[in-house]
Amino acid sequence: MNEATVKEKPVAAGAGRSLLSGRGGTALGVGMATVFLSAVVLIPLAAVVWKGASQGPGGFWDAITAPDAWAALKLTVGASLVVALVNLVMGTLIAWVLVRDSFPGKGVLDLLIDLPFALPTIVAGLVLLTLYGTDSPVGVTLVYTRAAVVVALLFVTLPFVVRTVQPVLLELDREMEQAAASLGAGPSTIFRRIILPNLIPAMLTGTALAFARAVAEFGSVVLISGNVPFKTQVAAVHVFGRIESDDTAAAAAISTALLVLSLLILLAIDLLGRWGARRG
Amino acid sequence: MVKHALRLVVLAYLLFLLILPVGLIAWRTFKDGPGPFLDALSTPSALHAFQVTFVVAGWAVVLNTAFGVPAALLLARHRFPGRRLLNALIDVPLAVSPVVVGLALILVYGAFSPAGGWLESHGVQIIFSTPGMVLATVFVCLPLVVRAIVPVLEEMGDEQEQAARTLGAGGWQTFRRITLPAIRSALGYGIVLSLARALGEYGAVAVVSGRVVDETQTLTLFVEERFENFDVQASYAAALSLAALAVVSLLATRLLRPEDGK
Amino acid sequence: MAIEIRDVNKSFGEAAVLRDVSVDIASGSLTALLGPSGGGKSTLLRVVAGLERPDSGRVMISGRDATRLPPQRRGVGFVFQHYAAFKHLTVFENVAFGLKIRKRPKAEIRRRVGELLDLVHLDRFAARYPAQLSGGQRQRMALARALAVDPEVLLLDEPFGALDAQVRRELRTWLRRLHDEVHVTTVFVTHDQEEAIEVADTIVVLADGAVQQAGTPGDVYDNPASPFVMRFLGPVTELGGRLLRPHDVEISGEPGPGTTPAVVTRVVRLGFEVRVEFRVRESGDEHDAWAQLTREAAGRLPAGPGGGIHVRPALRAATVPAGHARPAPQHGPDVPDRVST
Repeated sequence: MNEATVKEKPVAAGAGRSLLSGRGGTALGVGMATVFLSAVVLIPLAAVVWKGASQGPGGFWDAITAPDAWAALKLTVGASLVVALVNLVMGTLIAWVLVRDSFPGKGVLDLLIDLPFALPTIVAGLVLLTLYGTDSPVGVTLVYTRAAVVVALLFVTLPFVVRTVQPVLLELDREMEQAAASLGAGPSTIFRRIILPNLIPAMLTGTALAFARAVAEFGSVVLISGNVPFKTQVAAVHVFGRIESDDTAAAAAISTALLVLSLLILLAIDLLGRWGARRG
Repeated sequence: MVKHALRLVVLAYLLFLLILPVGLIAWRTFKDGPGPFLDALSTPSALHAFQVTFVVAGWAVVLNTAFGVPAALLLARHRFPGRRLLNALIDVPLAVSPVVVGLALILVYGAFSPAGGWLESHGVQIIFSTPGMVLATVFVCLPLVVRAIVPVLEEMGDEQEQAARTLGAGGWQTFRRITLPAIRSALGYGIVLSLARALGEYGAVAVVSGRVVDETQTLTLFVEERFENFDVQASYAAALSLAALAVVSLLATRLLRPEDGK
Repeated sequence: MAIEIRDVNKSFGEAAVLRDVSVDIASGSLTALLGPSGGGKSTLLRVVAGLERPDSGRVMISGRDATRLPPQRRGVGFVFQHYAAFKHLTVFENVAFGLKIRKRPKAEIRRRVGELLDLVHLDRFAARYPAQLSGGQRQRMALARALAVDPEVLLLDEPFGALDAQVRRELRTWLRRLHDEVHVTTVFVTHDQEEAIEVADTIVVLADGAVQQAGTPGDVYDNPASPFVMRFLGPVTELGGRLLRPHDVEISGEPGPGTTPAVVTRVVRLGFEVRVEFRVRESGDEHDAWAQLTREAAGRLPAGPGGGIHVRPALRAATVPAGHARPAPQHGPDVPDRVST
């Protein structure tokens, strides 16, 4: 996935030398893009916030602290944090093995890493349910537990850290490690003092992306979690239930909380990106 | 040795999280041969779900491309007030829960909202109908085409386009003869990503479609509905078809990915 | 001897990169490993540093067999062509790295790094990151970093290769002066014969994975062991079936002992030097050759373009037979000490 943001690059003055040429072309293009974005994204999201706030701050607060909603939000954030941490470690490890190790089948493994991105979430959920359901062939039954929620989220967030760390590791100057070795650093010192500091911005960016995805996740959790309120019901599933029972005001309030959380994470990712760029 | 230990840990993790689950469902589907698989997919409901899925995904990809290419050109080639904001807004759908997407569209285009009510009185139904599902799918796919093209446009710079202009090419000619060939594989990559995402979208479509069997049921909804109704064979068969589409698109993106494709 | 390299062989797959290479490097010397790219000089340097392991042969550093030692324990400082700067560390932290690994006291680290940054004229940049430095500054930082741990030998792999011509020339002179101050045994790899001649006190010419010749810059230039070394070290021309330096061609208006008749084809003035191109007729064969003259000598030129002259090699001119790949017998006042095998 391409999560990169547009880099600032100088463009010659009066630069409209493409399909949308000239100043008028720019204005027309911006206008059309704005209308499209507004109709599809901005107005609908604004409507969610509007609806969520329609009962005043008290009403908003009551909606998200209703016991079942609050439990769902807590579970979502908690499970997402666990998932983010596991991804931080395992994602980095997988990227490491894919870049620095070589063994037969590595190419296929590298390809498989993207499968969770391509696989529909409901299929991901079904697939996990087949392995970790009540008649689990490996004898591990997770269905209807919080562990199941975590496993489902781990599945769908697998590529994030791997795919942000992998390119950085590939481009990491091997001569830095050789220079450190010639200066007397052993393998563990080289990893700690040279490799890790250079990977950390990418590791954190990938982890934040994984966290954002986990907080928003719906499809993969639906089947395997059982959606038991107060136990395995995550926020997105809770919102879905509220919509189904026509309680759109409460659904909008909880959605607003999720939106704010997502925007904060996007902001964090942007800052991390700048931090990484400043040092690179 | 550390190296082998790491390799083992990684392989075990991927085995239990990725390989075994996906492999198992394939095995379960085909353990009685391809007959039941084909039977399950040739019921009227399944065929209808295929049809709805392809119609919705097709429209979503067309709209997304029609938006994505000009938006990418704007971001890469033009300086205007609000450019950074536009750039940031395009990424927003990545961070929004699919359920929230569905809710957002219902609130604006549902029959009980002013806009939705007005459209309904003119005979246009958005929510619980194909247009709403297309809108939801466009929402979740929105960044994919733009983000695939922008880096390539920036990489190529605008010198070639300027050269074409000095040689007398008009805006459209420059785009068709210079820009489009340069971004072709990146555009293909973005379209395949969008298509894969569109075919597999579940949460947002589940909310806006109303999930009416044989009417607004897509394949992903079919998977869930059949599973809930204990028709595991049909559910697995549809899931496996979707998984096969995912694998095909994965292979296609590998071939088209900008950095490998050249 | 600071470094003794004995019969080192190294192949990458099928390609033999080093073939029975033996080189001695004297303590305190500044040695250039000179040769065309792909000649094996960088590989030899990396073998000395322990960054490559030789297939056979031995490497002794300060009398100690270092062949099996990892780079961490060889006591060498290595400077990479592309600097290998630690991007996430400041200039100060880069230079301090080796000392921190050795757990030296903080005060000592601060003092030593301060001295070194003074030495490489980077004292004002201590708090910067490598990304904020120019190429030449990064290379000086890399040098200070390598020197910080008091290496027994300092190895530089094409140290100025990535820099532009102006900075290259500055750093060359500066490296020579630095070596005169610090006296650490230094080996650097270069493909630029001018750089080797200007900076080094010993030149080892490597090509096709083997030592072609070793000696002082004067030896190697004046008494090349083979047509290859002769061609690689400077401009050559051909006269009477032998290669010689164009400034060793004597021109006169009258025939004399050993002269060959020729016709001037072109006279080009290049600032202080004058390039005289002529066509030689010898034993039925005709070919082009040229001579390099000072302006003063060119003033005494007996004929202009189209005119006849007589040419011969100057007395004591270094010559080697043309067109033979094998090292030829020496033609000069003294024979250079060859390490070629």
